[in-house]
Amino acid sequence: MTEPAKPIIQIKNVSKRFGKVTAVDNVSLDINAGEFFVLLGPSGCGKTTLLRMIAGFELPSEGQILIDGQDMAGIPPNKRPVNMVFQSYAVFPHMSVADNVAYGLKIAGVKGGEVRDRVAEALELVKLGGFEGRMPDQMSGGQRQRVALARSLVMRPKVLLLDEPLSALDAKLRAQMQFELSELQEKVGITFVTVTHDQDEALSMACRIAVIHKGDVSQLATPSDLYEYPANRFVADFVGSVNIFEGKLTLDEPDKAAIDCPGLGKVYLNHGVTGPHGADVWVALRPEKIYLHVPGAGKAVRAAAEDAPDGHNFARGTIKGMSYLGDITLFEIELESGARIRVSRPNLSRHDQEDFTWDDKVSMHWRADSPVVLLG
Amino acid sequence: MALFARTPRAPLEYSRTLWMRLWVGAVMVFLYAPLVVLMIFSFNDSKRNVVWRGFTTKYYEKALGNDQLVEALVNSLTIAALATLASLVLGTLAAVMLWRFRFPWKGAIDGTISLPIIVPEICLGVAFLMFFAAIGWPNDLVWPFNLGAITIAHITFCFPFVTMVVRSRLASFNREQEEAAKDLGASEWQVFRDVLIPHMKPALVAGALLSFTLSLDDFVITYFTSGPDTITFPVKVYSMVRFSVTPEVNAASTLLIILTVVLTFVALKAQGVKAIAETH
Repeated sequence: MTEPAKPIIQIKNVSKRFGKVTAVDNVSLDINAGEFFVLLGPSGCGKTTLLRMIAGFELPSEGQILIDGQDMAGIPPNKRPVNMVFQSYAVFPHMSVADNVAYGLKIAGVKGGEVRDRVAEALELVKLGGFEGRMPDQMSGGQRQRVALARSLVMRPKVLLLDEPLSALDAKLRAQMQFELSELQEKVGITFVTVTHDQDEALSMACRIAVIHKGDVSQLATPSDLYEYPANRFVADFVGSVNIFEGKLTLDEPDKAAIDCPGLGKVYLNHGVTGPHGADVWVALRPEKIYLHVPGAGKAVRAAAEDAPDGHNFARGTIKGMSYLGDITLFEIELESGARIRVSRPNLSRHDQEDFTWDDKVSMHWRADSPVVLLG
Repeated sequence: MALFARTPRAPLEYSRTLWMRLWVGAVMVFLYAPLVVLMIFSFNDSKRNVVWRGFTTKYYEKALGNDQLVEALVNSLTIAALATLASLVLGTLAAVMLWRFRFPWKGAIDGTISLPIIVPEICLGVAFLMFFAAIGWPNDLVWPFNLGAITIAHITFCFPFVTMVVRSRLASFNREQEEAAKDLGASEWQVFRDVLIPHMKPALVAGALLSFTLSLDDFVITYFTSGPDTITFPVKVYSMVRFSVTPEVNAASTLLIILTVVLTFVALKAQGVKAIAETH
């Protein structure tokens, strides 16, 4: 986006307490007009509560929510310019598809002819043209979800809220709906706010992701920043798979840094981390960023030496576990220190999976820009 | 068994075992034989009605020509209709209130509502007799207002049944539907009308059927609350039986059975049997 993004939803210092439990703890964030925003977090982290507060089904204990500049305090859900797609879809079982989609328009007092046109348009948008007369119990879960989508979109809300929209679908359909939702969002230009616990879903659809942890925003970033530059151990661990090792910062200059990890060995980075010297830090290393070699020939040492000083960025170990996943093979390797590390390796050719097997001695290296140093 | 079985019986196909068929048959005979006998003997051409003496329909003519009996039947149907309507409204409101809201003394109110189901009918009957006497309820009103006391008594023991049935139906309601309707702009009343009532519909039909039949054949409570001019059908039949069991009584009873069966059948058809089965 070239022009400065305009916030459509502003959440200001919002907290929500249920009795003694704090579900949402002093959250502030802006959601921009026209973006696909995802609230990502494990179950019970408060992300759904946050969404329900935007919709108006829960009231904040403290703080303020503004939608399009208007304070939502005291405005009930039926008067808010947002619509929600529920986790269970909540399609009205006693109404036909057309009646379901038309329901909100009829309540709003839209006239018959326009209702028909807008219902047809909305159903076309979610690829359910011709299903007008069907009853919900004659449809699959995926189709019912489309009905719920059309029912909300037909209202032309400023923001569409989606609560775990894909959790009830099977894997194939979920992948397809991820694309369709992104496409739909681009087509209608409405701001989408989605809640999910599934990181794949979040990464594939979102413009920006807020990772929620214990009622607080852990990190707010684009999908690739979230994955490649996690701000803390929780985000690194929750988004994707990661190896985390504790260590001490031994060198920290603007263009290089080194960490001594008892578990992993010496780690070298080709950029600074701006932490206090000698501080306890954590090194996060993604499994796919580690290269595996057969030991002996010294290939790992030589490869590591390409962009790091001698003795850094390589390790030796024994394969203790393997899972062949088709596209990649996942290795669980016991390092000489006794610590375990996970390494994934793409199966670039049909015979790649035969290269390594259980109890093989291996060595590995990684590039100097791969490790992420986490201070918290 | 192997004698009858063309394909081997699956482990859970108990309906294909001989002992199960015999047992079910015996239960059916035990339950329905008296009713069948009653219906057959309504065509008996005999005053004493103990031995079969030949076919006739004259007792149907006699029953329909008996002004007191017809009046009692009309009374019963009127009371049942009024009690059903009132019970439906009261019972549904009570069920929704107990399901939807939290308020002080909820547990106590919940228990009190089902009290009329638990309290023995004879006690309720005596209680109503004393109550209406104590407040000086007038018993010289014109029809249908003279049925007021009986109708009130019937509502009292009918509406808890409606509450029970509707509550069990509400337990399966997905609250997200209510939220979805609100999200689409519906007010509380519109949510109730457009989402909650359609969901409760099978329970409402079942509750209405229950109320209607309970009211129609109630004897004990009605006996205590009816005045000299407000005889209902069961009370009238009882007084006729005290003199002798004529085929006329059989004929009247058969008509009543047919009436209730037809009503139930119509209600089930209108609703779809499946939806009613879903209630439980």
